[in-house]
Amino acid sequence: MLKTYTYPKFDYVRPPELVEQHSGHYPVVIVGAGPVGLSMAIDLAAQGQKVLLLDNDDTVSIGSRGVCYAKRALEVLDRMGCGSPCVDKGVSWNVGRTFFGEGEVFNFNLRPQDGHNRPGMVNLQQYYLEDYLVQRARQLPNLEMRFKNNVISVEQDDKQATVRVETPDGAYTLTTDWLVAADGARSPIRNMLGLEIDGKIFMDRFLIADVIMKADYPAERWFWFDPPFHPNQSVLLHKQADNVWRIDFQLGWDADPEAEKKPEKVIPRIKAMLGDEREFELEWVSVYTFQCRRMGQFNHNRVLFVGDAAHQVSPFGARGANSGIQDSDNLAWKLKLVIDGKAPASLLDSYSSERCYAADENIMNSTRSTDFITPKSKTSKAFRNAVLELAQDYPFARALVNSGRLSVPSWLVDSPLNTPDEDGFAGNMVPGAPMDDAPVTGGKTAWLLGDMDTRFHLLHYVEDAGALSAQQAQALAGLADHPIAVHAIVVAQRGTAPAGLATLIDAQGALRERYDLQPGTSYLLRPDQHVAARWRQLDAAKVRAAVNRATGNV
Amino acid sequence: MSLNTQPNLREPGKRYFQAYSPGDDFYEALIDTHQGLSDEQSAALNARLILLLSNHIGDISVLREALAIARKPFNN
Repeated sequence: MLKTYTYPKFDYVRPPELVEQHSGHYPVVIVGAGPVGLSMAIDLAAQGQKVLLLDNDDTVSIGSRGVCYAKRALEVLDRMGCGSPCVDKGVSWNVGRTFFGEGEVFNFNLRPQDGHNRPGMVNLQQYYLEDYLVQRARQLPNLEMRFKNNVISVEQDDKQATVRVETPDGAYTLTTDWLVAADGARSPIRNMLGLEIDGKIFMDRFLIADVIMKADYPAERWFWFDPPFHPNQSVLLHKQADNVWRIDFQLGWDADPEAEKKPEKVIPRIKAMLGDEREFELEWVSVYTFQCRRMGQFNHNRVLFVGDAAHQVSPFGARGANSGIQDSDNLAWKLKLVIDGKAPASLLDSYSSERCYAADENIMNSTRSTDFITPKSKTSKAFRNAVLELAQDYPFARALVNSGRLSVPSWLVDSPLNTPDEDGFAGNMVPGAPMDDAPVTGGKTAWLLGDMDTRFHLLHYVEDAGALSAQQAQALAGLADHPIAVHAIVVAQRGTAPAGLATLIDAQGALRERYDLQPGTSYLLRPDQHVAARWRQLDAAKVRAAVNRATGNV
Repeated sequence: MSLNTQPNLREPGKRYFQAYSPGDDFYEALIDTHQGLSDEQSAALNARLILLLSNHIGDISVLREALAIARKPFNN
């Protein structure tokens, strides 16, 4: 159907419930094999959890849809073994430029500093991401995927959810301890349970055109306010894989979506934009509206909502799929602990509170961008245009230009899972912060985050790892001897830690600077790479208390 | 003192993890203040706002600089 990509067709297999005429019971069922449901399934199955993933379709995303995958999402994908194919196939970029009329008024660089493995953003058509995730999922023996399995009813009590599933061979019933709803913005499961999602619809329409062309524009995000080729509206240009370019035209609320999708309307718009006789082909066209809304809470007894099913934002800022992947990152380790009986079910309340906080931040930022891009009153437009004009000469106004604040992880500073600081620290790696990456040697990769797996980790800094006392080494190694193991990693300027402890060498000093490390400094890190606690000296009892706090065992 | 045209917005007691946050906080509050007003009411609100802020700044030489920059696009 597309010129640059052939949709795979996944096999439907008659489910065992229909073959053997029984009703199966599962520890976890995930509904929806989009980026978020697949991430959740892979993350759990890679930890040895048995998972059933249901999807009503038998292929990947139709159309390119979500295009921008942020650094944080790539780091999560890295942990699941899917980051590299996305980065290799996609277009990495860090710089965004904003134009007003004919001139550039503002640019930003998503990379705050050098010395991070992943770029600020990778542009990749959503079908490639889903394709890679399905390939990864197939490597996991604990993960069963059932395509053409459509959920038609859900009921729950305090112990389990009962799910009715329709297939080409008829319907069957299954029960599950935990049901993860990753079934998208219209979430049929949300509706089946009669749950509300509140927010607002924006009165505007946008045209997406994916265009195949050879062009030597740099790999940057270009955004125009009121360009000569599309007056009074905005335009956004992104480069994707396979020489496909995403062009996004603001149309206004009164535009006719059906008429605007026709090639005879789309092609002249693109020709006016390109301004030359460059050849191009249309790959995919769509007209969309959007809303910003979220559920009041994301966990409802035995049913857990993730991604668009739980919250939706405007597309300016790429905060949709990226925040969904972070939902999965936040939920997977907590759900695994609850299933294994190592944490109380109330730990899942923190999934809801932390990700509601993140969703509010995403909605706030994308709403602000939308209000700047599409002013709702004459006064609002006058301020917007004054900012854009002043931005050409005055730095303060550049800081106010808002063409999208791109997806970054939330600093969960108010989380009940954090242990507050007792000691003084400089920098941004406060309890609740998402970990900064840094270059290292001696690890599994050349990067700090490459050594972070699905366990809790303790980073302990000394100048010379070889000089660590036997007693200290024993205390660090002993952190693993617990049902909720903490994997200790010694960070040092030189040397190798005794007793087989993992050692990372901070050869460039980036870790020392970013984490404000002094000899003795210890950071407790959650499986989702947020800081749980930190101290200037190692105290195993304090580490254990902080782990208990971070896992709801209080 | 001369007119400061570098980014200068912040809120006491608030910690920012993204450079754009203080400016966006302000801009949202500014636009929200105009919510539901007619164009005439908005113009009157802006006049009141400028008078209040000018008095707060106090230094008329700074205000003259700002007035000149604000006027610039309309000078022919």
